[in-house]
Amino acid sequence: MDDQHRIEAAASGGVHFVLPPAERELLLQLRAELLSLLESAPDDPSLERLFPPAYDDGRRDAEYHRLMDDELMDGRRDDLDVMGVTAGQDKLSPPEADAWLRALTDLRLVLGTRLDVREDTFGEGLDLNDPRAPELAVYGYLSWLQEMLVAAVSQASGL
Amino acid sequence: MSTTLAPAEVEVEQPQQQEWREHDRPWIVIVWNDPINLMSYVTFVFQKLFGYSRAKATQLMLQVHNEGKAVVSSGSREKAEHDVARLHAHGLWATMRQD
Repeated sequence: MDDQHRIEAAASGGVHFVLPPAERELLLQLRAELLSLLESAPDDPSLERLFPPAYDDGRRDAEYHRLMDDELMDGRRDDLDVMGVTAGQDKLSPPEADAWLRALTDLRLVLGTRLDVREDTFGEGLDLNDPRAPELAVYGYLSWLQEMLVAAVSQASGL
Repeated sequence: MSTTLAPAEVEVEQPQQQEWREHDRPWIVIVWNDPINLMSYVTFVFQKLFGYSRAKATQLMLQVHNEGKAVVSSGSREKAEHDVARLHAHGLWATMRQD
C-alpha cells in the first residue's frame, strides 16, 4: 500500500486506519447524505435494501417491520455517528471498526441500488462512457475500502 | 355415552396434534444472493454472527453466490427472527420460513 493509506490489523487490537484527507472528506459527505436521506425520506426506494422483507407472508412481515424497523434505523444512525466521530482517528477499536463495516455496507447498498449495480456492472472494468461513471467510481472506491477493512478486522479478531 | 364421547375425543385430539407439529417444525433462515455485498464481507458476517469457522462460512457464502441462496441457521421462530434481524442490521438480504 502507498504511504497515504494504512488499513491493517493493529498488534494492540483493533485496526490502523489512515486515509488521505480528501478521502475522509468524501466519506463524511456520503455519510451526511445518507443521514439526511434516512431523516427526510425514509421511504425512498434507494433505502429498500436497508429494510428488506423477513417473511413471504405480508401480515407477518408487517408485524416484523413494526417491531424491528426502529431498532434497525437506530443501529444505522449509531454506526454513522461512530463513522463521523472517528473519521479523524488513525486507529479504530474493534466495535468502531465493526460500525464502519456496517456503515460502508449501508452506503454501498444505497448507492448500488440507486445506480442499479448488477453482478456484471464492473465485468470489463469501469465504462468511462457510462453516464453513471463518476458515481460508479465512488461505489468502486467504497468497495475497495470495505475489502481492506474486512481483511484487517478479520485478521485483528482472529477470524 | 361412550360411543358419543369417543369421536368427540378424536376430533379434539387431532387439531392439537397438528398444532403441535406446526409449532414443532423448525424455522430456517435463508440468505439470498445480491450483487452488492462483498463475498469477503458476507463470509465475515457469517463467522461473526454464528461463530462459524472460516471454512464453513466460506462454503455458505459460495452457496449463496453460486446457487442464489443458502440456509444459514435454524431453530424456533424467535431465534430465526433474531438471526434475520441481525443479518438485516449487517445489510444482508435474509428471510425466514418454516421448514
